[in-house]
Amino acid sequence: MSTELESPADRLSVHVREEIDAWVRQYPPGRQQSALLGALHAVQHENGYLTVTLMDAVADYLELPRISVYEVASFYSMFETEPVGRHSISVCTNLSCMLRGGDEVVAHLQHKLGIALGETTADGRIYLKREEECLAACAGAPMMMVDHRYYENLTLEAVDRIVDGLE
Amino acid sequence: MSDEVRIEVDGVSLPARKGQMVIEVTDEAGIYVPRFCYHKKLTVAANCRMCLVEVERAPKALPACATPVADGMKVFTRSERAVAAQKAVMEFLLINHPLDCPICDQGGECELQDLALGFGGDVSQYTERKRIVQDENLGPLISTDMTRCIHCTRCVRFGTEIAGIRELGATGRGENMEIGTYVGETLVSELAGNVIDLCPVGALTARPSRYTARPWELMAQEAVSPHDPVGSNLYVHTRGGKAMRVVPRENEAVNETWIADRDRFSYRGAYAESRLPRPMVRDAAGQWRETDWEAALQQAVAGLQALEPSRLGMLASPASTLEELYLFRRLAEGLGCTNLDHRLAQGDFRDQAQAPVMPGLGMAPAAVEQLGAVLVIGSDLRGEVPLLHLRLRKAVQAGAVVSAINARDYDYRFPLATDLRSADPAASLAAVAQAVGEISGKPVPRPLQAAVQGVSVEQAHIAIARSLLDAGSALVLLGNQIQHRRDGALVRALADFVATATGAVCGRLEVGGNSAGAWLAGVLPHRAPGGQAQTPAGLDARRMLTQPQDGYVLLNVEPELDSTLGAEALEPLAQAFVVCLTPFVSERMRQYADVLLPIGTFLETSGTYVGLAGQWQSQAGAARPLGEARPGWKVLRVLGNLLSLPGFDWSASDAVATELRQRLGAVGPVEPAAPQVLERDPPEGGLQRLASLPLYAVDSLVRRAAPLQATVQAQEARAAWVGPAEAERLGVTAGGRIELRTEHGRAELPVHVHASLAAGCIALAGGIPETADLGAWDRPVQVRVLAAEAPDLAETVE
Ligand code: SF4
Ligand code: FES
Ligand code: FES
Repeated sequence: MSTELESPADRLSVHVREEIDAWVRQYPPGRQQSALLGALHAVQHENGYLTVTLMDAVADYLELPRISVYEVASFYSMFETEPVGRHSISVCTNLSCMLRGGDEVVAHLQHKLGIALGETTADGRIYLKREEECLAACAGAPMMMVDHRYYENLTLEAVDRIVDGLE
Repeated sequence: MSDEVRIEVDGVSLPARKGQMVIEVTDEAGIYVPRFCYHKKLTVAANCRMCLVEVERAPKALPACATPVADGMKVFTRSERAVAAQKAVMEFLLINHPLDCPICDQGGECELQDLALGFGGDVSQYTERKRIVQDENLGPLISTDMTRCIHCTRCVRFGTEIAGIRELGATGRGENMEIGTYVGETLVSELAGNVIDLCPVGALTARPSRYTARPWELMAQEAVSPHDPVGSNLYVHTRGGKAMRVVPRENEAVNETWIADRDRFSYRGAYAESRLPRPMVRDAAGQWRETDWEAALQQAVAGLQALEPSRLGMLASPASTLEELYLFRRLAEGLGCTNLDHRLAQGDFRDQAQAPVMPGLGMAPAAVEQLGAVLVIGSDLRGEVPLLHLRLRKAVQAGAVVSAINARDYDYRFPLATDLRSADPAASLAAVAQAVGEISGKPVPRPLQAAVQGVSVEQAHIAIARSLLDAGSALVLLGNQIQHRRDGALVRALADFVATATGAVCGRLEVGGNSAGAWLAGVLPHRAPGGQAQTPAGLDARRMLTQPQDGYVLLNVEPELDSTLGAEALEPLAQAFVVCLTPFVSERMRQYADVLLPIGTFLETSGTYVGLAGQWQSQAGAARPLGEARPGWKVLRVLGNLLSLPGFDWSASDAVATELRQRLGAVGPVEPAAPQVLERDPPEGGLQRLASLPLYAVDSLVRRAAPLQATVQAQEARAAWVGPAEAERLGVTAGGRIELRTEHGRAELPVHVHASLAAGCIALAGGIPETADLGAWDRPVQVRVLAAEAPDLAETVE
């Protein structure tokens, strides 16, 4: 219902609004729904994850039904709708990676960090993403993605080194 | 024509039109293709794959709902390949389905159950655990069992495409996809109940009738909804004479395949605690006691006979059947009483002689979709006539230019070309009239000259005038709020001029599903059946209740709620002899009435309703009247007999309608009286009350339907609504509480803030007990703040 008095824009930072505006300009007028993925990335980048309030703000800002923002945010695995650790690690377990030891990488990480997939370490440092399908780096299998970076041809030693290097 | 093609289905050659999907052709020919996601009123989603058929030369089976026809195409719906594909899809759909039919409300009328019987295997290859989906609470009308959902998205598409409110969606992905609102919110569409019919499985079922009956125990009886003048066609499902639930009856010209939630769930009111099961009379000591029909009728007749007919007032609900209304008229004629009316919701009667024979649209509801331009004035369309709002929405989608003059934003689910916010519709419409006059060169007629004097014509008024003038076909539509207003006559006269000068039709919406029937039957102080003037005119509904009479006969009327006078309407009743023909009894009724005669609700009587286009729709009576209640028309007939009035011996209700038809046939064309001079009232000081009957308070039955009263919409109506500026001036925020006072009485309500409300206005619903004591709707209101803010929830929990 359009009974709220607060302007939705107030709940988004100036920076986020600028970024959303830039996305909106990329598409023809009236097609602002196309800017949704970019908008959600911008919000998540700033807040770490997407809250319902923030998703509502994006919906109102782009004049979209709120549910259509929830649909997109819950569909794509790169959006988090719950609080997660500072660093997000996704290990690919799809076919190529599976054949080259992706599952061992997962087991190693779980053991090393003492958490299961989908959990965050107690110090809030590392989040092991639930499940990741092919990340399109099969030639470098096994691989994992840490935040936005790809690490390929992994060995367990390499995994240790990378993880220990995260603050 | 060149877009005719022929296709062959299962060896039979069938005609088709280019662009049609195979399933449309097979449906027309009566060849059954199984389906879940396809629905003729919704876009094609083609996501269930149940409709796979074999098409010659296609490498694999194709979905019939998404395969366009081509000339010479050969389709096989029952071939080995087609059936194999259908069976494979069925097995797939059942992987995660719980198969809990014995405890499912849909059991016995479930599309999945039916098709599983035809296409399902006895054993599944899948041994994995089934997924579990948490249920959401979608509110008091719809129950959810989302593990049963097969993701056909019919419910989602209904919201997006038909209702225009996207509340349900598909969140998650793959096996984790779920249908819901994501945040667990209640659905607030006035049409939400339609997803119950659309859902092919038992995921969405009707909450009020849940676990109360099995489909095979129910009898489907035809009925017509009395809650708004669309007259939606219904099936009432009964068991042992009791209405167990209500579903739509398809009628493309009236309600298509939809009904409003009000039509679907009002039946629950018929079994409310306050139902009057037996006649009651007040004895000499003033005590109420139950009695038999004979004694009660005798007491009513004796009381009425002792009265001077000119000192009697007779009021009927505009939701009554045509037969009840006509017999009410006949009773008045027999008694020699001209104080007769149904317009309790009307505020201004000055122009009653100029009124058309009956209110309505002046066109078929379906014709609205083809209009080029519409101007809506003073209407909460979604609350007043939900299905007309849908037609207007379709008109806008087809390119119509729709504008509105409203005191607040009623959240129409389509964009408005011009959205004029005005608490003084007469002033705004005068400006539009002036603009129309200037552009068209047709002068504003003399009687309205004073009203347009000095109005300032702005860009918005010109835009509206032009939209009506430029359109090939246009409608000027007056909503219920114009009926309520004290200056309604002026607004109507201005609207008439705007319509005439622009070549538009002027439509009028009035409260009640059968107000057109009441006009036709002559339940009016100034007109005979058919619209002929009757002089001298009797007292109208408002005068009858402001000038005390010696006696009253009320036909399904609750004056404190139905009348624009609020509880002030009860004052003259206290001293008078009052006979109520009513399905219900209320505390207030016990105070003013002398005889209570129980009548059936619309579910329990045969009868006819006259709709928006003047069409007559009849029903036979679906359920058995509760207790000793009798259909209203029978009670009126017996009353007529006991009063020894001539010609009161019909044996069936259709004979009553036939007599009225004959009387109408004998009436020549009726010329409404010439217009009179009308001026604009200067706006009054103080807080101006915007009052109307909200969606779930329109008549006695709806007001008692518990599921409807539990909705968000009903709760929101029980609040005082102000704009942000007014809230600030009063020093109150949303959720605070205020006391309202008028010269008549007081009320206490929570505050809601709505951005669209202008300063100086307060929106307070009529038709609800909470505001009845404020008296007449047009009284200025004083406000005192009781609590500036919403109560702290943490405190109230303790
Ligand atoms: S809830 Fe029913 S209508 Fe909605 S997607 Fe699921 S099965 Fe289809
Ligand atoms: S399977 Fe791992 S990146 Fe493709
Ligand atoms: S009915 Fe054709 S795919 Fe669902």
